[in-house]
Amino acid sequence: MEQLLAVLIDGIIYSAWLFVAAVGLTLIYGVMKIVNVTHGSFYALGAYAAASITGALLARGMPPSLSYAVLLGSALLVTLIVAPLIERGILRFMYAKDEVVILLITYALFLILEDAIKLVWGVSPYFIAEPYGLLGSFDVLDLTYPYYNLILVGVAILCGGGLAWMLNHTRTGKLLVAVIHDTEVSRAMGINVERMYLYTFTFGSLLAAIGGAFTAPTVSVVPGLGVEVIVLSFAVVVIGGLGSLPGAALGAVIVGLVRSATIHYLPQVELFVIYLVMAMVLAFRPRGLFSIAEARKI
Amino acid sequence: MNVVRKAVAAAAVAAALVPGFAAAQEAPLKIGVVSFLSGAAAGPFGVPARNAAEIMVEMLNAGKVPAPYAAKGFGGAALQMQLVDEAGPATTQVTEFRNLAQRDSVDMVIGYISSGNCLAIAPVAEELKKLTVFFDCGTPRIFEEKNYKYVFRTASTATMDSVGAALYVMDLKKGKVGSIAGVNQNYAWGQDSWSDFEASMKKLAPGVKVATSQMPKLFAGQFNAEISTILGAKADVVHSSFWDGDLEAFILQAGPRGLFKRSTVVLTTGETAMYKLAEHIPDGVVIGARGPYGPYAPDSELNRWFSTTFADRYNVPPNYAAYQMAQAILGTKAAWEKAQAANGGKRPDTDQVIAAFERLSFESPGGRIEMAIGAGHQAITETVYGVSRKVKGKMTVANVKRYPATAVNPPDGVKAADWIAGGFKQ
Repeated sequence: MEQLLAVLIDGIIYSAWLFVAAVGLTLIYGVMKIVNVTHGSFYALGAYAAASITGALLARGMPPSLSYAVLLGSALLVTLIVAPLIERGILRFMYAKDEVVILLITYALFLILEDAIKLVWGVSPYFIAEPYGLLGSFDVLDLTYPYYNLILVGVAILCGGGLAWMLNHTRTGKLLVAVIHDTEVSRAMGINVERMYLYTFTFGSLLAAIGGAFTAPTVSVVPGLGVEVIVLSFAVVVIGGLGSLPGAALGAVIVGLVRSATIHYLPQVELFVIYLVMAMVLAFRPRGLFSIAEARKI
Repeated sequence: MNVVRKAVAAAAVAAALVPGFAAAQEAPLKIGVVSFLSGAAAGPFGVPARNAAEIMVEMLNAGKVPAPYAAKGFGGAALQMQLVDEAGPATTQVTEFRNLAQRDSVDMVIGYISSGNCLAIAPVAEELKKLTVFFDCGTPRIFEEKNYKYVFRTASTATMDSVGAALYVMDLKKGKVGSIAGVNQNYAWGQDSWSDFEASMKKLAPGVKVATSQMPKLFAGQFNAEISTILGAKADVVHSSFWDGDLEAFILQAGPRGLFKRSTVVLTTGETAMYKLAEHIPDGVVIGARGPYGPYAPDSELNRWFSTTFADRYNVPPNYAAYQMAQAILGTKAAWEKAQAANGGKRPDTDQVIAAFERLSFESPGGRIEMAIGAGHQAITETVYGVSRKVKGKMTVANVKRYPATAVNPPDGVKAADWIAGGFKQ
C-alpha cells in the first residue's frame, strides 16, 4: 500500500514537471506547425535566469518567501527578451519553408543558445536550494516530501488550466484556435496571423522557461540542462498527439506514472520504458492518443 | 551541445616566461589534452582538470615544479597543449582522437573522464599507435578485458573506490550492516561501481541484503522516485557513485526528504560537491575523493605547491579531477625522462617511453603512484574515506581512514570481480 501510494505521488510530481516542460512545445506546434527544438533552450534559460537572479537577490537580503515570485519573474524576463527576438528576427522569415527545414533551423538555434548560455553563465553549476526547503515537508506514511513538490503540481495545473481557459474563453484564444484549424482562412478573415505567431512563440517559450525556473531549486543548473528535457518533452507530446493540450496532459501523466512504477517495481528497465510506451502508442495510434482528424484540402 | 572547442595554449607562455627557452631546447612536445569543457561534467570535473593541465604545462615549461619534477618540460622539451572538449557521444570522441593523432600529429594524448569514452578510445589508440594516458575514468574493464601497449591509466579504477567504501562503512558501523541500497548512473562507471560495492559488502558482511539498486539514466537530474524507493527500502547503507550535476541534484533532493538521516549514505565522489553544497550535506555522510586527493592528500611539498598554486590562481582548492590531471602529466613526465635517461639523454621514441612507463613508480601531489597492474599500465594508489563534519560552519572531514593500495586494488592479472569473490587475496 505504501509503495503504491509512493508510485502515485512520485508519478504525479514527475508528470507535473513533464507537463510544464512540454505543454509549450505542443502549443507552438499546434499554432505554428513548428517542431521547436529551441524549447529546450528556453527551459535552460529559465533555470539559469531563476538561479542567478534569485540567488543574487537572496544574497542581498531579499526575504526568502519572495523567491517564488522571483522565479516566475525571472522566467518572464528572459523569455520576453529572447523569444520575440528569435521569432521576429529569424523564424518569421522561415515560415514559408518546409517543416523539416524549420526543424533544422530551431535545432541550429538550440545549439547557438546552448553556447550563448555558456558565454553568459559559464560552465560552473548554479544552485538556489532555498525555495525547495523553505516550506518544510509533509509525511505520507513513512515517506517525506517537501511541500515544494506541491508547488510544482500547482504550477502545472495553473499552466494547463490557464492555457485551456485562454484558448476557449478569450478573444485571442479563439483567434488562435482559428489559426490552428486553418491559417489561410484565418488570414483571409482578417486575423493578423503573424502577430498570433509572435504571441504563441513567446507564450509557449514562457511555459518552458517557467518549467526551468521552478525546477532550478531542485537541481544543479549546469550546461546541457535543456537536452534531456527536449527529448522527454517530445516523447510526451508525441504520445499525446502533437498540438493537443489534453494530449500533452495525458502523455505527461502516462509517462510519469509508468516511469515511477518502473522505478519502484522493476528499476532495471527504467532506462527505456518511456520510449517503450511511446513506441506502443505510436504502433496503434501513429498520430498520438489525441490526434485530430484533418480535412483533406483540395 | 556536442560543440567541440579547441585551443592551443601554453608553449607561447613558456617561451615568453623564459626568454630563449624554446630556442635553446629541442622541438616542443605536442600533447592533446581531452577534458569536458562543456556539458554537465565541465563544471565539477572538466574545467578543474583543464585548469590543472594549464598550470602544470606552464609551470613545467618554466621549471617551477618542485622536486623531483624540477627539470623543464619533459626532459628539457617544452610542452604545447592542444585542448579538446570531451562532450558529446563516444563516436565524436573517437573522431576527435583521430584528428589529434593524424591531423594534428600530437606526440601523446592525456585525457578522458567518461568511462564510456575510455572504453571507446583505447582500441583506437592501439590502432593508431598513439601513446594515450587516461587520467580519470574509472571502469576496471579497460585492462581487464584486453592488454594494451599504447594505453596507460595513472588513476586507480572504480574497484578501489567501491572496495574502499565497503571497508570504510564496515569500520564505521563496526561490522553491523544488515542491508544496502544503491543509486548509480546507468552506464559503465555506475554499473561497475555498484557491482564491486555489492560484491565487496557480501564478502565482508555475509548475509547482507540488497534492499534496492536504482540505475537512473545519466544526467537524469530528477530523482524523486528513486529517493522514495530507497527511503522505503530502509537500508542501513546507501551507496552512490553519482558525479557532476546528478550528484548535486541528488544531494539537493535527498536532504529535505531525510535520506541522510535514515541511512548512512556513501558518496564515492562526494569531494567534488562537499564545499559548494556544504550547507546541504549534514554531518555523517561518507565522502570519497577517488583516492588520496583534496582533503585527503598527504602533507608533502609537492601537494602544498600544487594546492597553493591552484587555489591562488582559481580561488578554489583543487578537487580530485584536478589532482588526477596533475598526476597524469607528472607520471608521463617521469616515464619520458626515465626513457630519455636510458637513451643516453637523447629524445626517446614512443616505444622507449612505453617501456619506461610500464611498472613505473612516481610521486604525485596525491602521494606515490604505482603502475602495478594491467601488465604495468594501470595505476594503483591508496584510498581514503571520511565523513562530513562541519566545524564552525566550515565543511571538513572526520573519522578519516586510509587503506593501502594493495588492500583496495586487485593484484596484477586478476579481475576485480574474481579478486573480490576470492576474499581480496593478494
